[in-house]
Formats: sequence, structure tokens, C-alpha cells
Amino acid sequence: MTSASDPDTDPMVAALDLVGKEQYHEVGEFPVEQGYVWTSCASVENGNPLFWDPEVAAALTDGPIAPPSMVSVWFRPHHWAPGRTTQALPLQVHFDLKELFGLPEAVMTDNTIEFHMPVRMGDLLRTHQVLRSVSEEKTTKLGTGRFWVIDVVYTNQDGDLVAVESYTGFGYKRGDVS
Amino acid sequence: MTTTPVAPSLILDDVHPGDELPALDYDVSATTVVLGALATRDWRPMHHDKDFAVNRNGTQDIFLNTPNQAAWFERYLTDWTGPHGRLGRVTFRMKGSVFPGDTMSMRGVVESSEVDDTGCGFVTVAVTLSVAGDVKTTCAARIALPRAADDNPWARSGERWRPSPTLP
Repeated sequence: MTSASDPDTDPMVAALDLVGKEQYHEVGEFPVEQGYVWTSCASVENGNPLFWDPEVAAALTDGPIAPPSMVSVWFRPHHWAPGRTTQALPLQVHFDLKELFGLPEAVMTDNTIEFHMPVRMGDLLRTHQVLRSVSEEKTTKLGTGRFWVIDVVYTNQDGDLVAVESYTGFGYKRGDVS
Repeated sequence: MTTTPVAPSLILDDVHPGDELPALDYDVSATTVVLGALATRDWRPMHHDKDFAVNRNGTQDIFLNTPNQAAWFERYLTDWTGPHGRLGRVTFRMKGSVFPGDTMSMRGVVESSEVDDTGCGFVTVAVTLSVAGDVKTTCAARIALPRAADDNPWARSGERWRPSPTLP
């Protein structure tokens, strides 16, 4: 075990050092496209005319936009791409923290998305992750571990803020861990 | 390009705390789950491969993924507001999974209504997604509504669009 007071080896010191820092900047693999918007709307039978009727879109949003709840869709990589060997996991910061603290299990307890500038066809979105906070060690019915809050920030090609998604995760070791 | 004005179907004054949104009940099939997974580009096998879901994840079947549930909540809310409704913020809490064969029931209740400092009308709605009375996911939504026939929340940007409430 490492000494909790050693700043070089104390995982909490390392974690707190990451708080507020922008990490894992990524650009979407493809521009926002109308076909995928319709695929999404069809999957949940969403008949909102904003996404199907160009006149409604022109009147309300100055042209077609994507459903706000699709914002993370534009970042999920293709299942295969030529020459690709590894890829960052979505929410890589979450997995980094599990490893840093040696916590094998994790759950997401809640997820908030705040929507800003609408996403338009042809937008090429960008994202980065920011660790907001890490708790002291806590014990819940799942086990003993730490809560953390991670923001995923989405912007468009002009740098406008599109959305901020905040995840609360709990990384833990199963019960009976002293 | 000239456009025909579109009249709002719901304005802020029509809505009061305690109002219930129209119910939505939907029979979930394997197709629902797989369509939702692919529409959200979620290729993980527990959302399309029953053998993997049962034998590796230990769940009873494939199950709806989280981003697709977000799309269901958005659809449920905007079915009620019409196209003028603009989502500001949503918070999800996942409590259980939704499987093929389940009938998912979405219900919503208006909790509050306000006009923010910029003059934008917002309502907060508590939505639940349940199966046979068991709540599987909750969604707290803050959604902007027009205040009058000629108001359009989508026209707001910058300082005039505050998707989260200002903290007291």
C-alpha cells in the first residue's frame, strides 16, 4: 500500500490534480446528417414536425436541426474503420479513475444533459471531458468507493457550446472491503 | 425563402403545476431494442445479442440502452409541447432495465412553471418510465414553452438562452 500522504503516489492527490482540466479532445468521425436524424426519430416513433417538415424547421429553427437528445450519437465511432487499432472509450475519464483508485466495479448513478446551441446538418462536433469532483471514500449498499462527476462538453465547428452532459459515477469494491 | 408561420400548440399559460401529460404505453419488442441501439450507434452486444446479454451480462434478455431512452423521453415531451417546445435540461436516473415483451408506460406531471430573467417561459416535468408499475427510469426535464402565439424559444441564443435554472 502507498502512503496516503505522499503526493506522488496518493491517488486522491493525482485525481484532484485533474479536476477542471480539459481532457480527451475528440472530433466526430462524420458530420451531422439528416438520414441519421430520421433513423433516430423512427426508432422511437417521434413525429415532431421540426424534424420531418422543412417548412416547420425553416420557420422555427431557421432550417433543419437534430433532436437535442442525439448529441452523444455523433461521437460513437463506427464499429469498424480502416486502419484503426485502438480507440478512446466514451467517458475515458471514468475508466481512468477506476484504474487510478483500483476500483473494479462502477455504476453511473445519474446523467444530466444541458442543451445550448441547436445541432445542424453538416455540423462537425467536438467534445472533451472534464473531471468536476471526486468524493472521499464512501460506503453504500454496493460497496466501498468514491463518487465522481465528469462533464462531457460538446461544441460545434465554430466553437459554440452545444451541450454539456454530466455523469455521476460511483466506482467501488464489492461489500466486505475494509 | 419565405416560410409559413407555425402556431404553437401549447403555450406557457396553458400549463399548471399538477397537470398530467398524456400517457404513452408502448409494447417493446426485440426490434424496438435493436432499432434503438443502432439509431444511437451503440454496437455493444447486450443491446442486440440475447445470448451475450443472458450468458455474459446475466440479464434476462437484451435491453434498451440509455441514449435510446433519452430519445424516448424527448419524444414523449415534445408529443405534448409540439415543435415549439425546446429542451433545456434533462436528468435521468436509471433504476432497472426494459426488455422485449415489456409494455413500457411513460407518465409525466408538471411540477412548476416560471418565466426566467430573460423572459423565457420554462416548465419542469417529472417523467417516469415504468413496466408493470415498476419505475425503471425517471427523467426530470426543464423545457421551454412559448409565452404567446408569436413567441419561439428556439429563437433564443447566448445570454437569452439559459437551459439550467439560475441558482438562488
